[in-house]
Amino acid sequence: MAHAAAMHDDVMLPPSSRAAGAGVYNEKLGMWIFLGSEVMFFTALIGTYVILRFAHPDAWIGHPRTTPLNIPVTAVNTFLLICSSVTMVKAFAAAQDGIQRSLRLWLLATAMIGATFVGVQVYEYTHLIEKGFVPSEGLFGSTFYTMTGFHGFHVTIGVLCMTYVTIKAFRGKYSQTDHRGVEVIGLYWHFVDLVWIILFTIVYLI
Amino acid sequence: MATTATDTSAYTHDHGNAHVDDRPFIRKYIFSTDHKIIGIQFLIMSLTFLLLGGTLAMVMRWQLGFPGKPLPGGTLLPETYTNNGVVLPEFYNSAVTMHGTFMVFFAIMPLLVGVFGNYLIPLKIGAPDMAFPRINMASFWTAVPAGLLMLAGFFVEGGSAAAGWTSYAPLSARSDLTGVHLGQIFWCLSLIILGLSSIMGSFNYITTVINMRAPGMNWFRLPLSIWALFVTACLVLLAIPVLSGAAILLLFDQTIGTHFFDPQAGGQPLLWQHLFWFFGHPEVYILILPAMGMASDIIANGARKPIFGYTSMVLAIISIGFLGWGVWGHHMFQSGMNPTLGTTFMISTLLIAVPSAIKTFNWLGTIWQGNITFHVPMLHALAFVSMFVIGGLSGVFMAASPFDIYIHDTYFIVAHLHYVLFGGSLFAIFAAVTYWYPKMFGRMMNPFWGRVHFWLTLVFYNFTFFPMHQLGLHGHMRRIYDPTQYAFLREMQPVNQFISISAFCLFATQFLFAANFILSWFKGEKAPNNPWLDNGLEWTLPSPPPHGNFATVPTVYRGPYEYSSPHSDLDYIPQNVPTPGGAGAAHPQPAGD
Repeated sequence: MAHAAAMHDDVMLPPSSRAAGAGVYNEKLGMWIFLGSEVMFFTALIGTYVILRFAHPDAWIGHPRTTPLNIPVTAVNTFLLICSSVTMVKAFAAAQDGIQRSLRLWLLATAMIGATFVGVQVYEYTHLIEKGFVPSEGLFGSTFYTMTGFHGFHVTIGVLCMTYVTIKAFRGKYSQTDHRGVEVIGLYWHFVDLVWIILFTIVYLI
Repeated sequence: MATTATDTSAYTHDHGNAHVDDRPFIRKYIFSTDHKIIGIQFLIMSLTFLLLGGTLAMVMRWQLGFPGKPLPGGTLLPETYTNNGVVLPEFYNSAVTMHGTFMVFFAIMPLLVGVFGNYLIPLKIGAPDMAFPRINMASFWTAVPAGLLMLAGFFVEGGSAAAGWTSYAPLSARSDLTGVHLGQIFWCLSLIILGLSSIMGSFNYITTVINMRAPGMNWFRLPLSIWALFVTACLVLLAIPVLSGAAILLLFDQTIGTHFFDPQAGGQPLLWQHLFWFFGHPEVYILILPAMGMASDIIANGARKPIFGYTSMVLAIISIGFLGWGVWGHHMFQSGMNPTLGTTFMISTLLIAVPSAIKTFNWLGTIWQGNITFHVPMLHALAFVSMFVIGGLSGVFMAASPFDIYIHDTYFIVAHLHYVLFGGSLFAIFAAVTYWYPKMFGRMMNPFWGRVHFWLTLVFYNFTFFPMHQLGLHGHMRRIYDPTQYAFLREMQPVNQFISISAFCLFATQFLFAANFILSWFKGEKAPNNPWLDNGLEWTLPSPPPHGNFATVPTVYRGPYEYSSPHSDLDYIPQNVPTPGGAGAAHPQPAGD
């Protein structure tokens, strides 16, 4: 790692000279480690789903042909979430280039697409519940609502944090040399997006 | 002491992070972001829960030793708990459940990880604080409501959770089976909230150890306590979310009518056991690794010798951390799981004995021919090693599935887990609390009463738990309200009574520790900076260290175990002292002699 003087100029690295860290600033390292924990959380849920589905395929009979799920709507929603990852990348690139205006717009777009995703999911839930497909509806209902619900909860948290970061960006708190918040929320955002791609595949498509 | 005095005078420059904390009382001591205050907050919280868990154990011991006799003071309890002072089966179930839950999640785990992870990591690696001080504060202030919620179970209709600390489904999932509804919901919610607290703590510790080490503090100069806490934090980070996931599924089964664990609707009770123990076995190492690490520091100090086989100690910690993930099935040999799978788990479990034995022999090697100082922490640390060996060996018995079939769910298991959790973890906690108490509070604990507490605890502890092996081999069930209902257990009742009386004495002895702890806080002798003549960076600071810790960022020149070094007139060389022979020159690592 660079010597103390060089590190001192980089505001994104830990404040005082350090022996030999990971070479990344604390918030980024912390987020990566935290995401490790999130992987385990979703693994528990997905593992539960896989085990129950293999053990009782009859609970999913006819799926996806006779499924109560509206797959086209969710497919569009999935596309939206992937788009929000793209806008997130654009926001981070703008932060690195120090272009404040693009940073604000791309962050705003990301937060809004994320909120739309959550909105569509709420719409999907209300329709499913109206149709009588409720969480107590056998193993399919149990696993469906738990997995998609906890993903939706993560997106909601992400939207709240993204809103906070966006407000900070509008106040000009991120510079070309220090845009930790943008990168860290970006890591979380991409992770949640990735989880959705897995969930969409195994819950809706397979 | 001369060296230490000069060192401290070097910290009077105003370039570093240490400064007077002039924030108002509430920010300084209640909602504090200082890792030292948070560590002490965790200490007070978890010692309170330790007392509470111990009290519940006394209720159980009364009922097992003297079934049908009124519990002293039992008439003061509500009618749903006792009948004319006699403990009711429902209350006995809750006491068993909550004793386990409090001890594992709210006493031992926060004592090891919450207290010493917080207090020691930044001080020992030379950092001003944790990487994320505010998240650290949030970690403590989510643990408190989690504990209160767990406690609240006692005051709601139906009483607290009563399905055992493992909450096996469907017993825990369906309230019609136990009559406990709200209590079990609180149990799940509390553990989910506590899980958040643990995760916030653990990624903080990991980031801090990776990124915040002082110059010169490379990985192989880290004290073993820090290595152990680091690996433990990794286990917490990856195991706790699985428990949270499982608790969420259980909570949904209880509240919104899902059927994850209900076999009548296609769910799988065994799934709960797999999820729980997939978390539960790494949890076992979460509860012992920090104990091992801190005992290593204290034993090297007490023996005035470098730790024997530093590198092998580190590798043993890491390999225990890895192997701990592949052994959870040994809790489930009798669950109806495929026996072939059981054999696999048996082999992986037996493998863990290897790094554990490496550590044990290294401790013996450290003490061997040492000039041993029997200070109170050293006594506790030596008790830790000996009791851990007994618990470890009975662990090897149980790992062998043919033998486990015989002793499964008997008091043999209870004996084993208390030999590792009380004999192992708790003795190490007593060692660590008495060792770092002067640093935390700036005063010494009374050594005479410390010794009295130690010897009485050691004796009554063994009187309490050793005969449990015998009970278990005799077929005494792990969870039973009244053993005298069976003729074959009735003849063992004198053993049960002996255990109960020893347990009461053991419990009473702990008040000596509590009194010593509280009185020393106010009246103890003022502690010097380095009362144990230790090499760690924390001992170069005043007791207690100032807010922000180090006035100048320390530079580390050596490992933490250079005792009795021929290079120094003193019998120890602090980690921040350059080699006496040539200033700043690299000094060889104190690897195994």
